[in-house]
Parts: sequence; C-alpha cells; structure tokens
Amino acid sequence: MSPSTEQRPPLAEFWDNLRAAPRRILDTAFRGGSPSTDRTRSTFVFGNVFLHLHSARVHRWTLRWTATAGLGIATTAAFLITLVTGVLLMFYYKPYPDVAYQSIKDIHFVVPTGRFMRNIHRWAANVMVVTVILHMARAFYTAAYRKPREFNWVIGMGLLAVTLGLSFTGYLLPWDQLAYWAITIGANIAQSPREVTDALEITEWFDPGGFQRALLLGSEVVGEEALIRFYLLHVMILPLVLVGLMSIHFWRIRKDGGLARPVDADQRLEPEPGVYPVFTQAPEKTYQLAAVVEGRTPAVGRGPENTVPSMPHLFYAELGVLMLTTLICVALSIVSDAPLKELANPSVPENPAKAPWYFLGLQELVAFSAFMGGIGIPTIVLAGLGLIPYLDRESEGTGLWFGGPGGWPLVKRALVVGFGASILVEAFVIRYGWIREWFPSVGQLVVTVLNPGTLLTLIYGAYSVWLVKRYRSTRAGALGLFTCFLCGFLVLTVVGTYFRGPNWDFYWSPSQWPRH
Amino acid sequence: MRLDPEPLPRRDWLGLASLWSAASALAFGFIGAMRLPKAAVVAAPSKALKLTLPESLPAGEAFVPPGRAMAVFRDGEGVYAISTICTHLGCVVKPNAEGFECPCHGSRFDHAGGVVKGPAPRALPWLQVRLANGEVHIDEGKTVPSGTKAKQA
Repeated sequence: MSPSTEQRPPLAEFWDNLRAAPRRILDTAFRGGSPSTDRTRSTFVFGNVFLHLHSARVHRWTLRWTATAGLGIATTAAFLITLVTGVLLMFYYKPYPDVAYQSIKDIHFVVPTGRFMRNIHRWAANVMVVTVILHMARAFYTAAYRKPREFNWVIGMGLLAVTLGLSFTGYLLPWDQLAYWAITIGANIAQSPREVTDALEITEWFDPGGFQRALLLGSEVVGEEALIRFYLLHVMILPLVLVGLMSIHFWRIRKDGGLARPVDADQRLEPEPGVYPVFTQAPEKTYQLAAVVEGRTPAVGRGPENTVPSMPHLFYAELGVLMLTTLICVALSIVSDAPLKELANPSVPENPAKAPWYFLGLQELVAFSAFMGGIGIPTIVLAGLGLIPYLDRESEGTGLWFGGPGGWPLVKRALVVGFGASILVEAFVIRYGWIREWFPSVGQLVVTVLNPGTLLTLIYGAYSVWLVKRYRSTRAGALGLFTCFLCGFLVLTVVGTYFRGPNWDFYWSPSQWPRH
Repeated sequence: MRLDPEPLPRRDWLGLASLWSAASALAFGFIGAMRLPKAAVVAAPSKALKLTLPESLPAGEAFVPPGRAMAVFRDGEGVYAISTICTHLGCVVKPNAEGFECPCHGSRFDHAGGVVKGPAPRALPWLQVRLANGEVHIDEGKTVPSGTKAKQA
C-alpha cells in the first residue's frame, strides 16, 4: 500500500463519474454548450442536424413582421400538426370500403379525444392550404423569386401541388358520400384527356386518360383498390415527397443568403438598441479561403451587416408562429366539427355534389370542360407561374411589397381587371349559357378549346402582355397576371361555394334551393 | 505545390461498372415497378343483369334497377336501356321530365341521352338489351347505337 494521503476509497472515482453522468450525457448530446455568446449561439444552429437548415445568423430585415408575416413558418407548423394528428388517427382508421366509414365514426364518437384529433387534422389541413397560397402571394409580391431564388420558387410550386394532393387524397378516406363522389370525379378528371383523344378518334391507339384512371383506381370501378391507393398516397408517398421538397426549400433559403431583401435594406432599417452587429465596420484586411471556395469570404468589404443570431431571435419568432397556428387550429376544432356525410352510395350522388371549398373554383372550371378545367388550365397556370422567375430578370423592387415598375397602383388596377373580367364572364355564362346551348350539334373540341375558362385565361394573358408593353417590364406583366389569377380563383371559388345549388344551377342563396 | 486533385484514371473499370450497374438496376426496377399498379386480372362486379319490368310501367317512363346506374324504358317500339353514368365526370344522372339531369356539373340530356346543355362531351350510351321468357337481359359492358330497341321475338 502506498502511504499517500491522497489515496481515495476504491469506488470514489466510479461514484464521481456516476454523479456526473447526467450532466455529461447532456453535454455530449448538445456539444455547443449554453447558447449565451455569439459563438455558442452559432454552434447551437450548425451543430444541430435539424436546426442547421437555418443559417446561424439572420438579417434584421427578415425578422420584421411585415417582411413575411410568418406565412411560410405557419404552413410548416400546420403541416407538423397534421403529421402528428394524422399518425394518431392511423391507430384507428381502417382503409376498406364501408369499414373505413365505421372507423371514422368510431374515431368521432368512441375514441377518447378522437373527435378532437380528427377536427384538428382537418382544420390544420385547411389552414395549410390557406397559408401556402398566402405564402406564395407574399413571395410573389415581394419579388422574392428573383435570382438566385428562381428554382426555389419552382420547388414552391411543387409544394403547392403536393399540398393540394394531400388535401384531395385526405378527404376521400372517410368513404362517405363526399369521399366516394370525389374519387369518382377525380379519377374521371384523370381520364379526361379522352375528351380530346375521343374527339380526334385516336383513343384506341393513344389513351393517356385511361392509363391515368387505371393507375389511380386499380380497377374499373371505385372500390377497395382505389381506397387503398389513395390511403397509400395520403399517408406515405405524398408526405415523403412533401418532406423532401420542404427540406430542399428551406436549405436553399440558407444557401441563397437568407430571404430576399432590398439592396439598401441596411439604410432602410433603423438602428435597434440592444442588438449589436458582429462587424461594426468594414474590415481593412481581406481574407480568402484558399483552394476551398473562389472569391472573398462573404462578410469582407461590407459595412455593418445588420444580422442577429438565429438563436434566439429567429427561433423564438418561429416558435411563436407555431404556437399561434396551433391556437387557431385548436380554436377552430372546438368551434366546428369535421363533417361526415352518409355512407357512400354508388348509385345516388349528392345533389349538389360539392368538393371542399379550395376545389370549388376547379369544380366551376370543370363544369365548363372536364379536360380544360381539370387539366388544361391548371397546367397553364402552374407553367405560367413557374416561368415567371425565368422571364422576369429585372432587379427593381426586390424584397419590397409590390416592388417593381407599376407597383401598388398597377396591382390596384389589376384587381379591378381581375375581378371585373371573372365576374363578367361568370355572369354572362349564368345568364346566356354557352356554345352547347346555342348550337347543340357543335363538336366537343370546340367546347374544349373555347369555353368560359379558356376565355378568362386569354383575357388575363392578353392584359398581362399589354402591361409588359406599356411598362416595358416583365415584372409589371407578372404583377398583373398573378393578381388576375388570384382574383379569378377567388371569384370562381365564391361562385362555386355560395351560388351553386342542385344540378349546379345558379341560385342567389341556398334558401332558394328547391326542396325534394 | 499542387492544389488540383489527381485526375480520375481514364479506365476506372470498377467505377464505371458500379455506375452502369446502378443505372441499369434503377431502370429495370423502375420498369418493373411501373407494371405493378395494373394487375393482370382486375376484379369488378358482374355487368350483366336480368330483370322483369313492372306491368304498370308507362311508355317512356324510366325504370331504375336498384343499385344500378341505368334507366330502362318500354314503349311501343320495344325495350331499351340507357346508361345513367354521366359522360363528363362519371356522376350518376337522374331521369326527369325532359330527359336526364346531372347533379355534379349541370349537364342535361334529352330522352334519347343526347347532350342538350353543360360540359358532357358525349351522349349517354345505350346498353345492349335482349328479351327472353318475359325477362329483360341487359349487359352494361356492351353498348349499342342510340335508338336500338329490343322487340319481343
């Protein structure tokens, strides 16, 4: 035995390690340490696989409420809510005709908190559709799609399409009357290229419509095969695609240097006491990361950069938006239950058979022509929107609301044109009918090509081209076109929701619907 | 000092083999997966049915067999059946005094199934009808030209 007085009992070191274990587990899990300095706040972000989709610092321009209104985060929040509640609903939902209906009834009436979960799921999905459209409008009106963010705008269009796809596949699952007839109509819209191939008499050799319908339904009739396919799309394929696209969408924001802001953002911002920039003046030295990147490091040669650490400034704001979105969804769920109609009846559709509100504009369009309304015009609109960043190569007004030539006065006039044209076309069709009523023997191709929907699209397109010429600016035309499309979407949706009754006839109010 | 990385060997056999095998595996896998959604045999309910028309059915009045998307008529020229699946987007149309009306998108058809209004691209198809031993045999899977009416042999 050594005579040392510092000799400790045999298990002393073991006990010390055991006592220190909880703190060490925490320290090794979160290696950056407490986010109390600029440096540790940065490590807090880039040391975390999830958070590092963000940049470590964020420009103060971006944090202003009026820059984004938090709409992108609200969309993400709504998606997270549907994700959690959707997984919970999957414990009880059974994707088989008629059984599915009973399981939704179980969720509604028997399962504790089941009704609440289903309500939140449905409301969050609705909120997500609203916020994704508003978010797109924000990105458009602040010209945020411009270089280098062109492709992120295109990914955003993909996210819009997947969001609508998730909503569509979702409301089919209860297998009630709405679900059954929505699948039927949806599958027939997929089949509607036949409207053209039939008219050209080439369906026998070239039938993309029939292929799409068979792919969706897996059978000739709407039944168990169709339900399981829509279920698979809803709970697996589309969410995976959505998460993948979202990750790219977020990551590219970081790679593009944060959100779009005006060149003179720093001059426009008032200095904020208590928030200090990292570099208070332009450094005199220049730095270069040899052999790794070309050019100078990003912060070199600039004045005060006006950024603040993402932790806590951005994350707390994001958490705030998440909580606000949750609050809205919970409040709506308490006030209003998700609807469940009667069990699906394949021989009697509801009258009127109405889709959820966000598809009623589309339903109004397919009531003119199945192919044009269901596939043609949506494709034209999506392609037109997707092309905007590649046609608008200007720089005036980036990051500013209604920025660019024309500005807010132009948008005001476009609102008048957009609402005016769509209301006039609708009123004309409701009052005087369309080609089929005037010349019953006219060929289907004529109705497909020349219907109120294509007419409205043409008017909007022509107006936008005129704006391009008048202002000598593509941005001006884009401002007009986007505003017109928004107006058209609103008018068609409102007409489909409030002014269409039995047999899709026009009524001023549901109280005038005939009883039967 | 050399900063450029070494150029890739011109004949990197292993690399090329893995690249091409991965690409062809993906291609074949994709072709196979594309065949998956369409089964070789597709189950569907029987399309043929037998029925007896009520004696009291007035001429030109629709008789709708329960659970079927068709309307059966009898008049002086014979018996005929018209499919009630809308040629627009597949809703089931309802017989009314003027012909047929669609609840989903407002198409209207005359008594013979011809389109008079709305988005429907084609007339409602007429179904094959045979009469045997006082029963009406209808096959939903077979269409006949409009105006074909079955007469008692």
